[in-house]
Amino acid sequence: MFYNNEIETLPRKELEKLQMTRLKKALEAAASTPYYRKLYSDMGINVSKITTFDHLQELPFTTKNDLRMSYPTGMVAVPISETVRMHASSGTTGKSTVIFYTRRDVDQWAEQVARAMYSTGARKEDILQNMMGYGLFTGGLGLHYGAEKLGCLVIPSAAGNSLRQIQLMQDFHPTIIHITPSYALHLVEVIKGQGIDPHSLGIKKAYFGAEPYSEATKDKLEQLWGVKAYNCYGLSEMNGPGVAFECAQQAGMHLAEDYYITEIIDPETGERLPDGTEGELVLTHINREAMPIIRYRTRDLTRIIPEPCGCGKTHRRIERIKGRSDDMIIVGGVNVFPSQIEAVIMNIPEVGNNYQIILDREEGLDRIHIKVELYSKLFKGDLKTLQKLNREIVEKLRALIIVTPRIEFMEPGSLPPSEGKAKRVFDNRVI
Amino acid sequence: MPHQVSVFAENKPGKISRVTEILSQNNINIRAITISDSGDYGIIKLLVDKPAQGNECLKSEGIASTLKDIVAIKIDDSPGGLHKAASILASNNINVEDAYGFTIREKNQAVFVFQVEDVPLTEKLLKNAGFELLSDSELYLL
Repeated sequence: MFYNNEIETLPRKELEKLQMTRLKKALEAAASTPYYRKLYSDMGINVSKITTFDHLQELPFTTKNDLRMSYPTGMVAVPISETVRMHASSGTTGKSTVIFYTRRDVDQWAEQVARAMYSTGARKEDILQNMMGYGLFTGGLGLHYGAEKLGCLVIPSAAGNSLRQIQLMQDFHPTIIHITPSYALHLVEVIKGQGIDPHSLGIKKAYFGAEPYSEATKDKLEQLWGVKAYNCYGLSEMNGPGVAFECAQQAGMHLAEDYYITEIIDPETGERLPDGTEGELVLTHINREAMPIIRYRTRDLTRIIPEPCGCGKTHRRIERIKGRSDDMIIVGGVNVFPSQIEAVIMNIPEVGNNYQIILDREEGLDRIHIKVELYSKLFKGDLKTLQKLNREIVEKLRALIIVTPRIEFMEPGSLPPSEGKAKRVFDNRVI
Repeated sequence: MPHQVSVFAENKPGKISRVTEILSQNNINIRAITISDSGDYGIIKLLVDKPAQGNECLKSEGIASTLKDIVAIKIDDSPGGLHKAASILASNNINVEDAYGFTIREKNQAVFVFQVEDVPLTEKLLKNAGFELLSDSELYLL
């Protein structure tokens, strides 16, 4: 029923016992690294005393900045000669963060992804077109190894070059695609522009990842592509894709709980929150030899779904990522998530898939200005209808985000399409 | 009934020329043009000799364009010419949403083009009042 029946259906009690056994090992390994050795000795922490989930709270968090500060190998617990792979996240705000993997780590990561894919119904007969970036980014290679482990044929087409992607789809009939949601929105329009019905391509499943996106976008993408879409969550600090993945029930993402200890904290106070409460996801990697990262603050906001899933897995689920504690926009004192705005826009058929959120400050007041493209097929040809549509969008957004946005209609195709991570928010406010 | 090509355009330099370039390349002649402006954006309205073809070639270039039913009547190019038509619309409670007109010098006549909610009803009322209604091809032959 599952890729790894024993582990994936392990009774909670035993799973938690396994977690503690692995935590002990991970903490010992961590304490041997230059970074954690110094940190724990400065704080007078003896890791051998940390034996329960509650004790874990005594340990400090690890942040992305800590990873940067220990660049390049300050958190590595094995000799570099024992590692076989490294990945790095983009270093737009300083040094990048680098993650190392031993052979066992790469294999365990592949198993994690293979389990996740299997739970969505993927089997060795499936063909995966992997349109995620290859290279230092974990998205491409992560799914690649997992799909290979499952026995699938992988088309490592990476992101971009839409016409070639379409050609590959027509010639090799992938049944699964792995793609960012913004590129999926773009590519489906290119496919239609070629006079091809996306539903005729034979693609059954889509794994969307690497960007936050709304449930409305997911629904829209399922419809446009004629696929079942499975949310997929990952971050390089915790391996990459496969950290949490939706099963065939499509009702939240199962964490690989034999790999991670999960906590939800209040991002303001750092206090641990009870299961079911929304907060920031904090993960401790307990199944990686090369880099056991302890209490990593993901900055991703979600909640644990405590109820068991209909699929029978005992590993708990998290809800779709609501946003990041650091991409939240504050407009006139109101917290706004781009994904909320996106959800509204995606539900309005007259406007297209691309949008931009522009923040300005006029006379000391925050203004939110949203550019959307008119969808040419539903253009009615008169101002009255457009003005009515404009008011409708403004009202819907105001009801949700409290602030009143200005909506600007753009010509179809005039907003830059994204073949990768889309930059949607432009904050022009001077602090 | 005749048709007008309505094009969505951002209120920026070069937006008219983009439309006129496509029409010119497709050998489509413009009889009249008017723009309704709404701040950030507007609608360019065109009377052309081949409305369906004009609309299609604009759409195929990715422009938001549509065909809109309109009413076009001939009126006398003399004082009170337009008033006669306007008063029929007024007495029948028909709201004119958008309108423009042009004269035909040689014939001492003018054409009044306008948008209403109920095109067939408006056409019927004007026809009964003795106005000459114009079709797409008649509009262009003027």
